[in-house]
Amino acid sequence: MAKRFPQALLAALTALVLACSMVPAWANEAAPASADPALEARMMAISSELRCLVCQNQTIADSHAELAVDLRTQVRELLQAGKTDQQITDYMTARYGDFVLYRPPFKAATALLWIGPGVMVLIGLGALFMVLRRRSRMAADQFEPEEPDTTR
Amino acid sequence: MKYLKFLIPMGIFLVLVLFLGAGLKLDPKEVPSPLIGKPAPAFALARLDDPAQTIRRDDLLGQVWMLNVWASWCVACREEHPLLVEFAKSKMLPIYGLNYKDKPLAGQKWLSDFGNPYTASLSDLDGRVGIDFGVYGVPETFIIDRQGVVRFKQIGPVTPEVIRTKIEPLVRQLNG
Repeated sequence: MAKRFPQALLAALTALVLACSMVPAWANEAAPASADPALEARMMAISSELRCLVCQNQTIADSHAELAVDLRTQVRELLQAGKTDQQITDYMTARYGDFVLYRPPFKAATALLWIGPGVMVLIGLGALFMVLRRRSRMAADQFEPEEPDTTR
Repeated sequence: MKYLKFLIPMGIFLVLVLFLGAGLKLDPKEVPSPLIGKPAPAFALARLDDPAQTIRRDDLLGQVWMLNVWASWCVACREEHPLLVEFAKSKMLPIYGLNYKDKPLAGQKWLSDFGNPYTASLSDLDGRVGIDFGVYGVPETFIIDRQGVVRFKQIGPVTPEVIRTKIEPLVRQLNG
């Protein structure tokens, strides 16, 4: 009995994994609510650039939060009303701020966000360059023999 | 030169501590509203207690008022509600409720069960007005001035501290 139990468990788990893998990937996406696939594709493209405010690390396209569903509907309706992508993005930022954009515009408040990583890399490279240059100019006897790396 | 070996990592460490320390005090769930300082979005909604009557944004011009977004399904609203009922007694300013994506009957029952601090509640059945106000975490509270400009927004339940330190001074100033 003790030996057969894990086998049964294994069989059950295998069945579960198989059952899960049979669910097609699109089952995670929102069901299209519009008959027009082109419009639906545009809606998904726009909403995948927008952050869901309820679950902040998901896009509005991915999220199942009720607000995200509402906002997708809103995007769809704005598209049907003939609005451009830019107009829809503006609509969202007017209500929720630049925070909803996964790619916020470059301006004073977001400059650090955009330039920061580059500046950090430059500082790092600069420091590395200076250290290496100084070391290469040092005579061999200037290195401290009493602190070999092997002791660390 | 010898000191630098020690001071540079120490300096980097201190800067890191400062940033992380400041980060602890920030709440990433609180997204600053772009509506502050801008006119409140226009709306025309039916009253919760009398759907035949419509209230528009422009009906409320000329007074400082509070908009409190609530719903009977919202757990944090229940926590906030007694405080609003208490605050309403001070009659400092009219409180309008935005009954956000709720069933009108459930909303009415909620008010009769827990008390009604609202001058009127407006039914936002499909959440459109909520979206216009940038609502994403019920309850939310706005203070709107005489010209219809949004002056303050609280995300999440109002606390006694928020009323004392932010809402009361602001309303006094706006009415002043």
